[in-house]
Amino acid sequence: MSLLSNTATLLGKELRTEFRSRELLTTTVVFILVVLILFSFAINPTSEESREFGPGLLWLAILFAASLMLQPCFLREQANDTLSSLRLAVSDPFSIFLAKLIANTLFLLLTEVLMLPLFAAFYNIPVLPQLHYLLLVLFLGSLGVSIAGTALSAISAQARMRELLLPLLLLPLLTPVLVVSATVSVSLLDREPVVQWKGIGFLAVFDLIFLTALWLFGEYLLEE
Amino acid sequence: MPNFKFRISDWSISVTSPALSPTGLRFENIDKRYGGLFALRRVSLEIAPGECVVLAGRNGSGKTTLLRIASRIVRPTAGKLSFPGASSESAGNGRPGYVAHTTMVYDELTAEENLVLFAKLQDVEQPAVRAEELLHEVGLYERRNSPVRTFSRGMRQRIAIARALIHRPSVLLFDEPATGLDPTGISWLAKTLGEVNRSGCTVVMSLHGESEISALASRAVQLDAGSVVADTKSGASLRSILTFGGC
Repeated sequence: MSLLSNTATLLGKELRTEFRSRELLTTTVVFILVVLILFSFAINPTSEESREFGPGLLWLAILFAASLMLQPCFLREQANDTLSSLRLAVSDPFSIFLAKLIANTLFLLLTEVLMLPLFAAFYNIPVLPQLHYLLLVLFLGSLGVSIAGTALSAISAQARMRELLLPLLLLPLLTPVLVVSATVSVSLLDREPVVQWKGIGFLAVFDLIFLTALWLFGEYLLEE
Repeated sequence: MPNFKFRISDWSISVTSPALSPTGLRFENIDKRYGGLFALRRVSLEIAPGECVVLAGRNGSGKTTLLRIASRIVRPTAGKLSFPGASSESAGNGRPGYVAHTTMVYDELTAEENLVLFAKLQDVEQPAVRAEELLHEVGLYERRNSPVRTFSRGMRQRIAIARALIHRPSVLLFDEPATGLDPTGISWLAKTLGEVNRSGCTVVMSLHGESEISALASRAVQLDAGSVVADTKSGASLRSILTFGGC
């Protein structure tokens, strides 16, 4: 029970501090928007090319934005050594991770939901017919990005060259998520949409494995 | 307007909780290594419940590391830490209050939000009421809705103390509490620490030199290069330890 109540309390803190400053959300939204516009101008795709490459570009933009967004996740706990006070206060350190990864997933999903209409407009891809499946893929993909990213953010925050370390570790680790999410999204946004359940299953299993690993070993990532 | 009866002078009223059990600290052969560097070497120290102990020593002597191990933020490389006398019912059992060089609170949150947050995390009953009590006691009630980033150094120290005391700990650890405080702030801190100690709370603090705060100490221990080199319990004088002349 204390895991859940501590997680809920910490999640409230994460949301309150972010919605008060809006630093992460604003940066992420602007970043994804800029990348999508630049890709659109640079490639100038035809309708067919858009359906083929658009979802991949969207996921690439999401991944790059996530690596930016996840950077301050543990870094900003260092300014006043608040991570130490959290570790002193909570009975299960997993609640610190759980709150952060839920908050990160919510921030990413919110950004994606805001970006989806713009993506549809720039790349001329109708997203509404398969929206429910698309949201499922976005959720599972974002959850995977957040779980791995939150864990790596805890590691990189204590390292030298921390600003470079997170993307260096995160991007290769998330390659399977990127490939599968993009493939499933391409199938969903095809003229004849197909739901690739195998891909969706892969994303769910990826999330489960990384969440379990974080639960088992997370405490060690917080040690000095 | 409710009549709030809690004042700094009434500290013991709320700090002494019925659940507070006298708790000591026992370090047994504690080693702490960072890579090849020894921060602490076979430190053995027993602190009795209710003692007020000053840790003295030059920069890098291991005072902060010892306090961080006592707070359980840092795990020792070898050795054992225990809290004799801590009962499982005690609210502060196994969770000492720790005041570090930094405030350990969130700058973006208000003073009240910070205290309620840490009260909730530690299952304190009626977190909002407890936060309000402490805000009165540390003299920040009027600024309870201000973000901590707007606070002066002295006010930050007060909120840091309030955070450390929110769960009514039976052991309070203080790392150089007087740093950055003006004489008024130091007097306030000395009075506060005295009240906390008199309420039965074991206090361990690191200090540099003699001051109003060091006058509270019932015992002093000197560290040098990660080892205990002098202790008033073994006959060294308090003054010599505080001026690093104990070894």
